[in-house]
Amino acid sequence: MPSRTVSHGASGRLRGLFLVMVLVFLEGSVFTVAVASSDQHSPITAHSGSHKATDHGSHNNTGKAFPVLDLNYENVRVPFEISLWVLLASLMKLGFHLVPHLSNIVPESCLLIVVGLLVGGIIRGTGETVPPVLDSKLFFYILLPPIILDAGYFLPIRPFMENLGTILIFAVVGTLWNAFFVGGLLYGVCQIGTESSSILSRIGLLQCLLFGSIISAVDPVAVLAVFEEIHINELLHILVFGESLLNDAVTVVLYHLFEEFSGIGSVTLLKGFLGVISFFVVALGGVLVGVLYGILAAFTSRFTSHTRVIEPLFVFLYSYMAYLSAEIFHLSGIMALIACGAVMRPYVEANISHKSHTTIKYFLKMWSSVSETLIFIFLGVATVAGPHDWNWTFVTVTVILCLVARVIGVVGLTFIINKFRIVKLTTKDQFIIAYGGLRGAIAFSLGFLLNKEHFPEREIFLTAIITVIFFTVFVQGMTIKPLVELLAVKKKQEAKRSINEEIHTQFLDHLLTGIEDICGHYGHHHWKDKLNRFNKKYVKKCLIAGERSKEPQLIAFYHKMEMKQAIQLVESGGGIKMPSAVPSTVSMQNIQPRPSTKPAPERAIPQLSKNKEEEIRKILRTNLQRTRQRLRSYNRHTLVADPYEDGLSDLFLKKQKMFQIEKKVSFNKTDNTLTKNSTIYTYIYIHTYIHTYIHTYIHTYISHL
Amino acid sequence: MGSRASRLLREEEIEEIKKETGFSHSQITRLYSRFTSLDKGENGTLSREDFQRIPELAINPLGDRIINAFFPEGYFVLVIFREDQVNFRGFMRTLAHFRPIEDNEKNKNPATEPLNSRTNKLLFAFRLYDLDRDDKISRDELLQVLRMMVGVNISDEQLGSIADRTIQEADTNGDSCISFNEFIKVLEKVDVEQKMSIRFLH
Repeated sequence: MPSRTVSHGASGRLRGLFLVMVLVFLEGSVFTVAVASSDQHSPITAHSGSHKATDHGSHNNTGKAFPVLDLNYENVRVPFEISLWVLLASLMKLGFHLVPHLSNIVPESCLLIVVGLLVGGIIRGTGETVPPVLDSKLFFYILLPPIILDAGYFLPIRPFMENLGTILIFAVVGTLWNAFFVGGLLYGVCQIGTESSSILSRIGLLQCLLFGSIISAVDPVAVLAVFEEIHINELLHILVFGESLLNDAVTVVLYHLFEEFSGIGSVTLLKGFLGVISFFVVALGGVLVGVLYGILAAFTSRFTSHTRVIEPLFVFLYSYMAYLSAEIFHLSGIMALIACGAVMRPYVEANISHKSHTTIKYFLKMWSSVSETLIFIFLGVATVAGPHDWNWTFVTVTVILCLVARVIGVVGLTFIINKFRIVKLTTKDQFIIAYGGLRGAIAFSLGFLLNKEHFPEREIFLTAIITVIFFTVFVQGMTIKPLVELLAVKKKQEAKRSINEEIHTQFLDHLLTGIEDICGHYGHHHWKDKLNRFNKKYVKKCLIAGERSKEPQLIAFYHKMEMKQAIQLVESGGGIKMPSAVPSTVSMQNIQPRPSTKPAPERAIPQLSKNKEEEIRKILRTNLQRTRQRLRSYNRHTLVADPYEDGLSDLFLKKQKMFQIEKKVSFNKTDNTLTKNSTIYTYIYIHTYIHTYIHTYIHTYISHL
Repeated sequence: MGSRASRLLREEEIEEIKKETGFSHSQITRLYSRFTSLDKGENGTLSREDFQRIPELAINPLGDRIINAFFPEGYFVLVIFREDQVNFRGFMRTLAHFRPIEDNEKNKNPATEPLNSRTNKLLFAFRLYDLDRDDKISRDELLQVLRMMVGVNISDEQLGSIADRTIQEADTNGDSCISFNEFIKVLEKVDVEQKMSIRFLH
């Protein structure tokens, strides 16, 4: 892109200025936070004491002049600090992409952790105590849900379902294997390898197993952050990512199980058996809760045609409620959230307006991005905050065991899984899956939640967890991209789905279902077909409003494609700009050939007979809609009525007729000639109407992007 | 089975089918029992009615075409017609197209490609579109398939525009038909090996 290099010099200076500003802001914000936190955490110090005194003083001195400018930080402290952190996170994110080449080498997550370390270091350096920012409640109830909802709502259902068996085996069996392997061997090392008087030998088996279960879960946040930048093929992405999502159930069960066992101190077979049952309850219960809320959301969206403004809110609220409801019963909140998002999406998207769809998409992306950034920064800060207890043996053994367990687990499981898969997983795939098993903030938060009385070795655990997280995020995160290049792993195919693929894929689905029925083999396609039929017959009628409930999938896809193409048409070739104040009715007779507009120069203007011209004029008059009066009175609670919903199918029919007319016109070369003016006139008719029509309706759409 | 002895499969036949289609012994016997359960007339061949008796096939939009694909073609004075009965060999030959491709079968000599190679799978699907066997999918043939898949509610115009769009996307040599090579090219991103394979359980 030549234009960019020309302005590079000037923009380089601007970038430098921006970065300086960011750094200054960073320093300022850190000091404000330090000052503020010192007020909170050391109320007995003289500093705050004097602050209070002056406060009192200003109130008691009634004879003092009226304070024109007064400082009252306490009232806004909490929202101010929160906003400051979020702003810091966002500025950091901006800053990284401005520095050339940095984002190519180092993944964003590493940079953010480094920033967190710096901030924590600065706070500590100024002598204040570092605020405990990665509070478990904050993490699990505020920071984590947006990321998971974003992942669940946009989960590619088809590859997920096709590989569900593989994903489940990796998630359940793999995590269990990791937990027991790491926990068991760690206990062995602690008992055997060290003297009986050291701290390590006092760690019981249950504590080790609990530690193993915390550290063994692959973290969805870290996986998303790293895998997003390497663009590997869909299969590997969905395998690792699906595993990171579904192993939450296993982690929840194991965590609660071992925590309770450690607290009580006795293990019985009955309790073990109940543990297995509780796994199914947690997993399936979470999914059930999610599905319930998803259906509710879909049903609600059916009635929102008059209040389009709050449509996105329903999506967010129902999903969050699903998460919280699952957490009430100690079910897997992550699975509830995923199930809710995945279930409600097809129905909600059929019901809501395009603007709401864009809003949902961008809000989810925005929130999840901010959350992710904050999580990594807080990880850095929490590392500095401590409290730490570094034990060389424990930490190194943990790191090594985690790696070894992951590799053995993946290789062993793939051997079994490949017997059942049609498309086998190659060694390269196995390597990427094993290498992509990153640990992240969930492990840290779970460790943070540990009760100090039951777990006197909590600090050792936390230090080890942080070390493993750092290792996986930094070492594995940084090297996975060059490794992917080196091993020539298949990358994601960027091209959009064409209508051909859609048609032929559906065709093949029907074909395979038929063949399966002939063989009497109730496989994959058979059940998918049954589900689709059930969906079409009963569910869609309930959950989708109006005519869209009967729309076949192919037609919906085709509409979406046409829409995208129409937008591209205006964006690229929209040379004829009409004034944006749209007249309420336009009479064909009043249009004058504008001197500023020009017909498409590349098209040879054919000659028309008078009959043909009349025919065209008649078609245009009868088929074109009157451009509607869009300027209604502005009301904060309603948006301008979206013209799409009303005119959508008409738009396409008109467009088709338009193209047919153009084809007819362009083929008509042999008729008698009219004056050149009238042919230009007709062309201007056609073009102004196409462009007026498309431009006005799409202009609002684009301006909202 | 009933008093009329259903023909047992002879070992030589199993071996021949194994060589031709690549199915394993157990798969062949299992599919043979399915074949006999469909064969209500017990004469060792399946007719069209036997297929149509399968309930799920009746509601499948492509049901008729799939059934047709099983019946081998015969030639009679330059007229292509389809025979009325299919025996077990023919049954297996058609089903062989849907066997998963195994790694040791890839990279074989393309002249002697097994029935379940990617090209042969695609050819099978292509032939389901192309009824008049002129090696091209014309606009009308495409329209017919679209109509079957989409149902009766959509107008002809809309369907026509979808068909036009489809041909326009795929057609590289400008004959406003989709030839087999263009068909292959369009589906190159689709994982045909997985999509067109059924796991015949051991």
